[in-house]
Amino acid sequence: MTAPADAAAQIKARFPQVTDRASSDHPAVNVPVADLVAVLTALRDEHGFDHLADLTAIDWTEGVSPRFTVVYHVYSSARGDYVRVATDCADDAEPAVPSVVSLWPGANWHERECYDMFGIKFTGHPDLRRILMWDGYPGWPLRKDFPLAGVETPLPDPEIYEETSTPVIPAPMMGGPFVASPGEINLTEAEPRAKDESWNERVEKPKN
Amino acid sequence: MVSSNTELAYQSQIEGGIIVSKADAVVNWIRTNSIWPMPMGLACCAIELMAVGNGRFDISRFGAEVMRFSPRQSDCMIVAGSVTYKMAPQVRRIYDQMMAPKWVIAMGACASSGGMYRSYAHMQGVDRILPVDVYISGCPPRPEAIIDAIIKLQAKIKTERAASNLFKASA
Repeated sequence: MTAPADAAAQIKARFPQVTDRASSDHPAVNVPVADLVAVLTALRDEHGFDHLADLTAIDWTEGVSPRFTVVYHVYSSARGDYVRVATDCADDAEPAVPSVVSLWPGANWHERECYDMFGIKFTGHPDLRRILMWDGYPGWPLRKDFPLAGVETPLPDPEIYEETSTPVIPAPMMGGPFVASPGEINLTEAEPRAKDESWNERVEKPKN
Repeated sequence: MVSSNTELAYQSQIEGGIIVSKADAVVNWIRTNSIWPMPMGLACCAIELMAVGNGRFDISRFGAEVMRFSPRQSDCMIVAGSVTYKMAPQVRRIYDQMMAPKWVIAMGACASSGGMYRSYAHMQGVDRILPVDVYISGCPPRPEAIIDAIIKLQAKIKTERAASNLFKASA
């Protein structure tokens, strides 16, 4: 049995490309995408991290390279501790990382959600479909360049769309949503009541 | 009514057994007091909708206690909760399966206007795809508000030209 810091150190000793990642809680490492599956396999089989607690991604906004980082939180149910593993996607336009469904079957829906929200392809995934939005939805909602209000598109069911002729519309942003500005301590002032969101489905967003 | 009685004079035997009314009033009276709701429970509003069926609030006092989970047996869809765009076609499809006459109650802020979900994924009011008769405010509404909506809907049903629609020759 090894503590998570020891596990991270042993992983770094075995894989020289693995580097430390800044973290305020659990030990964290940056892993090149080529070594990802080998590192996660070692963490699972040799260091007892038998549970993939979370799998998510970060979009560092357009123009930043690498733009997408996929983050794995692995958990040891015997010791109750975590290690965080992050890997940068090589391609900014068509991000892809290898799937870890073969290591933890629970990764299946996590990867589908990550694909749905960020458009990151998980190569080798057995069933990579959208999980929250419907097939054919234009755009990846959690990317930074996706408009907060959404995009106009037909309803998922073409028959009902024809019957009701009601499209999916961008949501009116007047008075919401509740996105507080970071750094503002006073929550009343941090509320976005009339910041730059004074536009709705009829009034176009002011360009500035 | 076919009857062998050709006597048209006053008969004391049937006094009190006959009520003269308008067909509209009779049909509306029947419809008003037997609304069969279709509980379209999509979020936490459905919990309050369950409460209104229980003895404490007892929606059966207004003849609307027969919650049917089949659209073909119900005539008032209560959209209780947040309608996402992914769910919206199914909601409309279930509404289409209900037999006329049918009514819709949009229960709560989310179903009425999108509520707090100013989001790419959430329909901004179910009235964009369904003809809503009564809106209920609240997040979620109290059971009393649902009873109030049923009474409002009953008042609306009473004003309908039910019989003339019933006997209208279809074009």
